[in-house]
Amino acid sequence: MKLECKHVWEHISEYIDQTVDAKLREEIEKHLEHCEICSAVLDSTRNILVLTADGRTFELPVGYSERLHERLEEELKKKK
Amino acid sequence: MTVRRVVSATKVRRDEQGTMETRGTTEAELISRILVGETELFHELIRPYERMVYMTVFSVVKNEAEAEDGAQEAMISAYRHLASFRGDAKFSTWLVTIAINEGRKRLRKAKRAAEESIDEPTEGLEGEFTPALLTDWREIPSEALERKELREALRTAVAELPDIYRQVFTLRDLEELNVEETARALGIQPGAVKVRLHRARMMLQKRLVPFLKATAPSRGRWFGRAL
Repeated sequence: MKLECKHVWEHISEYIDQTVDAKLREEIEKHLEHCEICSAVLDSTRNILVLTADGRTFELPVGYSERLHERLEEELKKKK
Repeated sequence: MTVRRVVSATKVRRDEQGTMETRGTTEAELISRILVGETELFHELIRPYERMVYMTVFSVVKNEAEAEDGAQEAMISAYRHLASFRGDAKFSTWLVTIAINEGRKRLRKAKRAAEESIDEPTEGLEGEFTPALLTDWREIPSEALERKELREALRTAVAELPDIYRQVFTLRDLEELNVEETARALGIQPGAVKVRLHRARMMLQKRLVPFLKATAPSRGRWFGRAL
């Protein structure tokens, strides 16, 4: 049975995580070979995941680590 | 149990993850030594997780100052309760659970009301998501992240996800916990993790593609373009 675009979109997340079963995976791959729209949706989703996971997107506050360890040091001393 | 990660994101962060995994044995040793009095080693124990704890609290409270305070409190709480860490879960999962709870505590304090139910999206479980459609998608190279407005757009899109989706997205796709670890930290079923993650990703795709598309140069011109 031919897979519709809508059906591919429903499984995009699992496809990216490689958790779709082998049969569905094959059908999706077959669909992607000829469907530019779904290929672009998949690529753009993956790309967005890479960009959001990049450490530069969510930067830690400047000095966060130093302040954290200072605070911890106070706590560790208390216990001694 | 298999650990599934976003294929391309794995590539980017493999080194970091590798370091954390090779620390596995020493981590248990560190914990034992801290518990018998070498408390200074706690600094070393939590160093690989500083970012993860901050991002986890931030995914709940959505405020930088609050997230930093919360991260400090979560780490102190982890130190105080270290003896109760049993080692049946990974240390990182245990720490994330503490961070989630710290974030929720702060949120409750701030809102003085029920938190999540308010943000529960109205779509039914079978709700369909239509992605942003495009045919000439080009990859945005990671160099593009040098541009402030792109980073800002990504942050805003994540911040504007409904709470329950943002928390799952943060743990799974930003901090790379697996489905089971995410479910455990948030106190939800693994099935709910999958559904929420799918929706979060689709919402981000829909929200960000028009923006990224507008900023993408024509093919082949990217590197020649003044950014």
